[in-house]
Amino acid sequence: MAPKPVPQIMRQGKITPFYYLAPAILLMLFFIVYPMINTIQLSFKDKTGLKSAATTCVEGKPCWGVFENYHYALTAELNTSTFSALWSSFWVSSYGNTLKWIIFMVGFTVLIGLIFAKIVDGIKYEALSKAMLFMPMAISFVGAGVIWKFVYNYGSQQVQVGLLNAIITGLGGKPISFLTTPILNTYMLIIVGIWIWTGFCMTILSSALKSVPDEILEASRVDGATEWRVFTSIIIPMIMPTILVVITTMVINVLKLFDLVYVMTGGNFQTDVIANRMYTEMYINFNMGRGTAVAVILVIAIIPFIIMNVRRFLAQEEMR
Amino acid sequence: MKKEKINKFLSHIPKNALIAFIVIIWIVPTFGLLVTSFRPVQSINSSGWWTILNAPVGSKEYAANCEACHGKRGDLLPNANLGDPQLISKFDRSVLLLPALKKEINGAPHMQDIPVPSAQVVADIVVHLKNISGLEVRPKVTLNNYIDALVGYRGTRTYTQDCAEGTPPLDINCNISDLLNPRGMGRAFVNSLFVTIPATFLPILLAAFAGYAFSWMNFKGRMTIFAILVGLQVVPLQMTMVPISRIYAQLGLNATFLGVWLFHTGFGLPYAIYLMRNFLGSLPKDLFESAYLDGANHWTAFTKLAIPLALPAIASLGIFQFLWVWNDLLVALVFLGGTKPVMTYQISNMVSSLGAGWQILTAAAFLSMLLPMIVFFSLQRFFVRGMLAGAVKG
Repeated sequence: MAPKPVPQIMRQGKITPFYYLAPAILLMLFFIVYPMINTIQLSFKDKTGLKSAATTCVEGKPCWGVFENYHYALTAELNTSTFSALWSSFWVSSYGNTLKWIIFMVGFTVLIGLIFAKIVDGIKYEALSKAMLFMPMAISFVGAGVIWKFVYNYGSQQVQVGLLNAIITGLGGKPISFLTTPILNTYMLIIVGIWIWTGFCMTILSSALKSVPDEILEASRVDGATEWRVFTSIIIPMIMPTILVVITTMVINVLKLFDLVYVMTGGNFQTDVIANRMYTEMYINFNMGRGTAVAVILVIAIIPFIIMNVRRFLAQEEMR
Repeated sequence: MKKEKINKFLSHIPKNALIAFIVIIWIVPTFGLLVTSFRPVQSINSSGWWTILNAPVGSKEYAANCEACHGKRGDLLPNANLGDPQLISKFDRSVLLLPALKKEINGAPHMQDIPVPSAQVVADIVVHLKNISGLEVRPKVTLNNYIDALVGYRGTRTYTQDCAEGTPPLDINCNISDLLNPRGMGRAFVNSLFVTIPATFLPILLAAFAGYAFSWMNFKGRMTIFAILVGLQVVPLQMTMVPISRIYAQLGLNATFLGVWLFHTGFGLPYAIYLMRNFLGSLPKDLFESAYLDGANHWTAFTKLAIPLALPAIASLGIFQFLWVWNDLLVALVFLGGTKPVMTYQISNMVSSLGAGWQILTAAAFLSMLLPMIVFFSLQRFFVRGMLAGAVKG
């Protein structure tokens, strides 16, 4: 990697950069780097963090020795008796749910964000409508959780004060308990996630759309290309790098997602996700070994994106 | 010309309809919560927020069944004055009122030609009677929910009512000190501010120094350290919390503001430095060269040149970090918990364990959104800029 040149004249003594960097680097070492290493160590220990995880094995049950916490973290939610039981238990485990979150939330936030960015581009109320879509980004997940819990509210009596059930009963349907009905509830939570994050995707994609040179678009229009053709064959390929950045960022965000599930269902009714499970193991069951093992699994899932991030950064530096 | 304009307008309708549709879906949930937070508790639990503009409960039923004889305000018959709270208190439930309606008065049925209404209708009429008699006035909008949320009132009525009658719950003093009740949002607001301000200021300060060093100083490993830092940006909080809470337990930093400030600073730094370095590094090189030729050292260049020029970046970063810390739940939950509750913690507690009613919950949620909304709508430009510059945040 070629370091970006600084003015030759600004060379300085060996010690000066240290003053500027030391506080920040020390804090990051203490709060990020050291804990990461320590977390990995703890994931091989028992719930107190003192003895090896191998001591927690139960006689007569399968055991992975020092990897017992990982054995637990990976298989405790699964029913391994038959293949079909394994399949169906996977899709309601924290891993299956996280996968659903990744597929649907990332897919819809990027898709709706892109469509919205395109259709509001250049209209009179562009700034206002974008602000409305973006607003959920400013409020907390906790606040968003309350907002949507109210929308999903299920009244056991005749009156439905939740908007969604009021619409359903108004159309003659039966009210649904959205947050306690397994399978459905995870998708209802994902909708909240989409509501929060679409504005983020939209804003970034919108600025990418605006950077596509008008001349290229005009030229293809003159050549007789339809708007749809211009969009799919010219605009999309040109902003593809940005779309990929948005997708990777969203995948990372989804993997870390904790607050929303914690507030809306607490991970109950088969809505658990990896990030919430780590919290449950660590701070509700007080099992340090298992909690850290789940955290390590989470990081392993994120590592490819860390590498992509660094690569992208280095490529950008080459361009500068 | 005019026809052309109309045609152009018409061709835009599907597009505009789609935009309007999406925008409405995005606003309605928040709007519903806002409306609900101003409604009295009985209304919240008995009708949806979208009925707020409807006639009050029972007024239609009253008009159809009672108004002909009792009059609009209920005081037309002097020996059966429905405006008298003492009379109404004897019939304040539908099971009490219904028999009275079935009784005969002076040999004629109470309701005369009108058939005796169903129990549900009678219940609505009772609500209306309580309202016109002043026994239990149910206004359309009220600030009581906000007051109750601020002071952490958990009784069955409202804070103002309880205090007016001198029967407050144990943890309520009915004076200004209630704003600091540990269960209330008032206290949580103060705590949130106390957490957020230093946790915003510190990382920006340290990141400015480090960002300057990464852009305008030559040292070994400059790019390597920075590349690692880019990677650190996406490390999840969950990965570091357990060891830190163990260390904090030994140092006595658990449940202290200092502990949370340091944690947010450590965690916010990779992104903050990344942003500052990208901004400072894009400033013109000549500027620093000429400053240096004029005899400025790094300290002068940093304080007199870099910092003033970086103010837009600092603003973006500040807003970003502010909202991030203000809205954070996980760190507050683990390191502060209930000893120094912040707003997000307080609300999540209301949702999960205490089971507070919607009247408190909606008001509390809005109190927590107030500051972010103000920051967002007034400084949106900077917020968006900060997001575009980084696009990745831990």
